[in-house]
Amino acid sequence: MSKRVITLLSLLIVAGMLLAACAKAEAPAAKIKVCQITDTGGIDDKSFNATAWKGIEDAVAQLGIEGKYLESKEVADYEKNLNAFVEEKCDLIVTVGFLIGDATKATAEANPDLKFSIVDYAYDPAIPNVVGQVFNTDEAAYLAGYLAAGVTKTGKVGTFGGLPIPTVTIFMDGFAKGVAKYNEVKGTNVQVLGWDPANPDAGLFSMSFDDQQKGRELAVSLMDEGADIIMPVAGPVGLGAAAAIKERGNAYLIGVDSDWFLTSPEYADITLTSVMKLMDATTMQVIKSVIDGTFKGGVVVGTLANNGVALAPLHNLESLASAELLAEVEQLKADIIAGKLSVK
Amino acid sequence: MSEAQAEKKDLGQAILKEIVPPPEEEAPRKSFWKSISIPALAILTGLLIGAVMIAATSSTVWAAFGQSIWKGFGRAFAEIGAAYQALFTGAIGDPVRIVRALGSGDAREIRSALNPFLESLVQTTPYIFTGLAVAVGFRSGLFNIGVEGQLFIGAAAATYVGYAITGLPGFIHMPLALLAGALGGAFWAFIPGLLKAKTGGHEVINTIMMNWIAFRLTEWLLSGPMTRPGSGGMPLSPLIQKSAEIPQFFQAPIRFHLGFFIALAVAWFINWFLFKTTWGLDLRTVGTNPRAAKYAGLSTTKSIITAMIISGALAGTAGAVQILAVNRSMALGLSSGYGFDSIALALIGNNTPLGIVLASLLFGTLRNGATRMMVVSAIPIDIVDVIQAIILMFVAAPAIIRAMYHLKKPKKEEATIFLSGWGGK
Repeated sequence: MSKRVITLLSLLIVAGMLLAACAKAEAPAAKIKVCQITDTGGIDDKSFNATAWKGIEDAVAQLGIEGKYLESKEVADYEKNLNAFVEEKCDLIVTVGFLIGDATKATAEANPDLKFSIVDYAYDPAIPNVVGQVFNTDEAAYLAGYLAAGVTKTGKVGTFGGLPIPTVTIFMDGFAKGVAKYNEVKGTNVQVLGWDPANPDAGLFSMSFDDQQKGRELAVSLMDEGADIIMPVAGPVGLGAAAAIKERGNAYLIGVDSDWFLTSPEYADITLTSVMKLMDATTMQVIKSVIDGTFKGGVVVGTLANNGVALAPLHNLESLASAELLAEVEQLKADIIAGKLSVK
Repeated sequence: MSEAQAEKKDLGQAILKEIVPPPEEEAPRKSFWKSISIPALAILTGLLIGAVMIAATSSTVWAAFGQSIWKGFGRAFAEIGAAYQALFTGAIGDPVRIVRALGSGDAREIRSALNPFLESLVQTTPYIFTGLAVAVGFRSGLFNIGVEGQLFIGAAAATYVGYAITGLPGFIHMPLALLAGALGGAFWAFIPGLLKAKTGGHEVINTIMMNWIAFRLTEWLLSGPMTRPGSGGMPLSPLIQKSAEIPQFFQAPIRFHLGFFIALAVAWFINWFLFKTTWGLDLRTVGTNPRAAKYAGLSTTKSIITAMIISGALAGTAGAVQILAVNRSMALGLSSGYGFDSIALALIGNNTPLGIVLASLLFGTLRNGATRMMVVSAIPIDIVDVIQAIILMFVAAPAIIRAMYHLKKPKKEEATIFLSGWGGK
């Protein structure tokens, strides 16, 4: 009996291999192959890995390219995965995040004939076959700050970050400057709690990107001090802040990176807007440059103008903002795009 | 009086019987095929169930079944075949390509063709260290769940020595960094060992707690005192000095390094230590029956602390080797969970160093092959975790495999995995 079982299984395996060999014969037409390597957050991190992959999926749907990804489980996987895609002769290899920077640089320099792009990172000096994707997030955050200053009832808005690193504080800078702009235009005195561009050492940080409890505590203390609109710039930590705001019931949230109204529907009724960083748009832009042959090492900057950053719609909470305020925000956006207004 | 003496002698015999561990290694050798039949069939079954899952989760297979049942089966076998072919060539290499590369004489192409097998050994290396770490604990009756934390501390210590000390020649600097890693891990394991020995605080609880302290401590170190200048506070250490690097034998893309041979040497050493020295006998005796060992005059305190220190040193070395040979700098995503995977690995390897080396080869090969499988078939690497879990389940419960393949039950009771310390023993 046992022998029969084993024989049967072996036969099945052999049959499978034969069929596999046959199936391989029908080779598909050569398509542009775009391959993404995630950092240890994984492809479904609801953050930059997922957003960059969305850019590739969009390109698959619209431009008919082929998309592949490899997830990294640990730092040692970065180089292994890069090598796997070099072997696969991908036309563009997209890596995600600062931590994968060393490995991308090494592999790009070892394979000068292949094209690479890295999200949220730029090399100085630039590498000829790598495009860094960076974001002028402060442009969108500026609009959020102006909007928040116009909506607040208490005259106080708050923000906090995950770690005091440039990709985080750029949100907070833009936000605070947008509030200052509102004060300048309207002669009001709306305060920003948790961040002062002139004194970054006093900024409020959770010192973590995954401790939601910390986000809850920071949101509670900001609300205790009177803030009724809070922008947490700390990835999932912000969800802790959202929970605290929802419990309190008299404050609103500004999401970051993606439109939280859509990605965190449980907090849709407190999400005033979101400062979006659209890596999918910039990734798409790089893919297009590979297709039309204009790919060139350096940086691609996501701005309001090229839709690399944007302010999300207010969705259900549009009644909180007057039509006049929304028009002013639109005007600011137009001015920033036109270069008439600098947010730096 | 003579009666009393006889009784005393019997008691002595009884104690001796109690304290001497089950004589597995002295027992008449089971035939080679018998001893590997269960693991081999477990692996085969794991791969078969994995194959069913590959087919069942593929939308194209379902679509083909929608057309006709034969097309469905054809498609399913084609996908399974393609996936496992990729797993194999990704893990061992493609023989055709190797021959062709050797014929062409192109150095880069030869390296690429040979890389899959050597990369599997790179993936295997940390598993050997952490598997041994868990096994030394098990053998001494200790369940060290803190291997992951000890690995982090070892890695941090090795990283610090690796980048902060300059001007040393390689033959001093590299061993020194490795030693720092071992000491770091040993220190981290010493604390729960001491708590267990002196206060009876359960090592399972304490090692888990020490893991969290280790993770947060390294997070703080990497974004504070040990951060890379210019990283803006991102948790990433500076690159280690060239002199601290464990050498890789070949150029890119091959990452095969000396650490693999260090791991084999350490496995040999642990085997010798556990089974050929008095210290090893003491540890195993305490592990088998701590009360009897105590009664026989062995110091359980000493044994527990020694075992934890060795276990921690092995875990710390795992982290140190990963840093010095592969990563060359430290970030928080240092480990894919070696400390936890190795618990399963030690069980599959039956807590013997040879078994652990073989189980590590299996884990490393599967993981490496899975990368290629994902590139070719877009099957998530997580399938490997599932296959590993199934293999573990069957190894841990051999009765299932025996029932499935109608194997005879061995006459002698199999050596059971001992885990005293659980359930207040």
